[in-house]
Amino acid sequence: MPDILLRGGRVLDPAREFDAQADVLLKDGKIAAIERGLAAPGARAIEVTGCWVVSGLIDLHVHLREPGQEYKENIETGTAAAAAGGFTAVCCMPNTSPPNDTRAVTDLIVQRARDKGAVRVYPIGCITQGQKGETMADMGELQEAGCVAVSDDGRGVMNSEVMRRALEYARSFRMPLVQHCEDSALSAGGAMHEGLASTRFGIRAQPAAAESAMLARDLELVALTGGRYHMAHISCAESVRLIREAKQRGLPVTCEVTPHNLMLTDEACAGYHTFFKMNPPLRSASDQAALREALADGTIDAIATDHAPHSSVEKEVEFEQASNGVIGLETALALAVELVDAGVLTPAKLVMRMSAGPAKVLGLPGGSLAPGGPADVTVIDPKAAWICDPTRFRSKARNTPFGGRAMRGRAVLTVVGGRIVFSEEKLVA
Amino acid sequence: MTKGFTQRHLLGMENLTREEITTILDLGERFLEIADRPIKKVPTLRGKTVINLFLEPSTRTRTSFEIAAKRLSADGVNFTASSSSTVKGETLIDTAMNLDAMNPDIVVIRHAQAGSALLLSQRIRAGIVNAGDGAHEHPTQALLDASTIRAHKKKIEGLTVVICGDIDHSRVARSNIFALRTLGARVRVAGPRSLLPIGVENLGCEAFDRIEPALEGADVVMMLRIQLERKAGSRFPNTREYARYFGLNARRLALAKPDAIVMHPGPMNRGVEIDPGVADGPRSVILEQVSRGVAIRMAVLYLLGGGSGEEWSKS
Repeated sequence: MPDILLRGGRVLDPAREFDAQADVLLKDGKIAAIERGLAAPGARAIEVTGCWVVSGLIDLHVHLREPGQEYKENIETGTAAAAAGGFTAVCCMPNTSPPNDTRAVTDLIVQRARDKGAVRVYPIGCITQGQKGETMADMGELQEAGCVAVSDDGRGVMNSEVMRRALEYARSFRMPLVQHCEDSALSAGGAMHEGLASTRFGIRAQPAAAESAMLARDLELVALTGGRYHMAHISCAESVRLIREAKQRGLPVTCEVTPHNLMLTDEACAGYHTFFKMNPPLRSASDQAALREALADGTIDAIATDHAPHSSVEKEVEFEQASNGVIGLETALALAVELVDAGVLTPAKLVMRMSAGPAKVLGLPGGSLAPGGPADVTVIDPKAAWICDPTRFRSKARNTPFGGRAMRGRAVLTVVGGRIVFSEEKLVA
Repeated sequence: MTKGFTQRHLLGMENLTREEITTILDLGERFLEIADRPIKKVPTLRGKTVINLFLEPSTRTRTSFEIAAKRLSADGVNFTASSSSTVKGETLIDTAMNLDAMNPDIVVIRHAQAGSALLLSQRIRAGIVNAGDGAHEHPTQALLDASTIRAHKKKIEGLTVVICGDIDHSRVARSNIFALRTLGARVRVAGPRSLLPIGVENLGCEAFDRIEPALEGADVVMMLRIQLERKAGSRFPNTREYARYFGLNARRLALAKPDAIVMHPGPMNRGVEIDPGVADGPRSVILEQVSRGVAIRMAVLYLLGGGSGEEWSKS
């Protein structure tokens, strides 16, 4: 593995409050030096003038579908999509088939990721066996096998006693608990956000309160137990208010938001196109505004895609019948750059929310360009203009709501542990 | 040819103009008399194929469309849920594409899910008539309701129309709100708060959570069926209590204008949302709605089928 010298880029490392033009030397899988005018004989020099050089992006929330649903995605294609999107690490959710609620499943994921994965894969195990919300999964063993957190993602833990004990037990292992906040009795299978749009479209809908009610309960349980709590895909203004207050109270809580909830609203469901159906659903414009504000002020710690690949079998059907979820690994960065262009984020905040923030949320390596740290680096061309063409995705899936959108900004080089896992052709000849 | 309606499909009332609606209503009036002829048939759509794709139980709407097609001499074929391949696991899109391969001119679709008529219109060449998609729209019902109202009140503009009952689950309510607003009526919706959809006021109607204040001064009272099959029963204690507080009886009807008419899209739950005495009373126009339904559906099939139509183009 040759040394790599990234020359002339804008090095953005908000974790160390560093923002300056400099060269970055990657050596032996580590970040060796960051200086202006570095001389590195023997290193492979790559000109990245005009680009941002940042610590590798980390996605806290993806579905790689392996094992069991490889027709939708697998670890090889999912991590290839991640690399192309500028991500150097992803956390994969446990709703596989079988679910990742036992060590054997985690072992398989870890091994497949080692053999086929382009980027680092951190499995998230189940909170409860079979994601049923009843009996705790073997959290200790899951952690030993490589799980970095537990979640019943796709379902909220409805039973308050089970949730309480899970928070307590996970705390013994310093394991964060990632909750999909949804009171399923209240959401009642609603296929979109309940509001004026759902009333017009006649689509069965779920109120925002189905999310915030469970979050409010959980925050009381966090106060009771001191458990480390991360809220997956926050989507409404009321949840933002609750998280903001909880942080002010000093509770150990964090949260993430999806690019689609930042960019789209429930009005997008007007054509009943199933690529706009996901859970939590697209919310109202005022929810969207609250999410953007919270992303800017740090109430929201991370952007996470909830990359949810589906085949046409799940999506080429009636709206209410379609599976929930959209893919996001290959569009998230450009949408975040769009938020920079729109003045919602600064470049430094983009890196905070897509690299440093997520690393901190789950205590993962990376998230900074500190010399001596892993050489997980993403080079971003913030001016690159492109049209989102799903047929060119590395992902097996095509279910993006952003097909055809004019994008600006993309990863031109992704390096994991000093190894180039993705590069624009013209950049590295 | 009729110039007022140039759409290829009838998917809903929300995006129709007043001129388009009026064109259908006018044509429907002219088709009414065919039902009184000794031979109830005109050759207008001879050689055209109409498929009734009914994937949700329906008797009256399907029969109404079937009669409408036959009276226009179209060849009608019924494709219903029980006999269809959907029970064998075929998707709606595959079913539609198979039907399309048989080259029908019009497909009339009734389906339990919102947006299904639109989905079909994007996938097949035939003209699509939405005969009810989930809780979204049921445009021909709104058209036949407007036709009935216009016949009795000679106009729609400026009338106060109250729609009472299970608004949330009702495609009839939505289509009527859109149509009546476009035609200039004042629309009120009323029912227990647990059956009023969020934001319904923003559709341009007034919302009431008791029916008495809504009925005051009304020209038209439209009662909706409680859709127990869509679990409406969990939204209120029981049908006895519902009838007591939200049913239309003679006492409540007295709050409306003396010449107010009473409508119901059917099928009725007698003794629940409507008292039998009112349903069968002198102000009820419920059966007339059914008669006009056939004529309105003839008008819709005619317009989408692009029938030769010289005989109908002048009044």
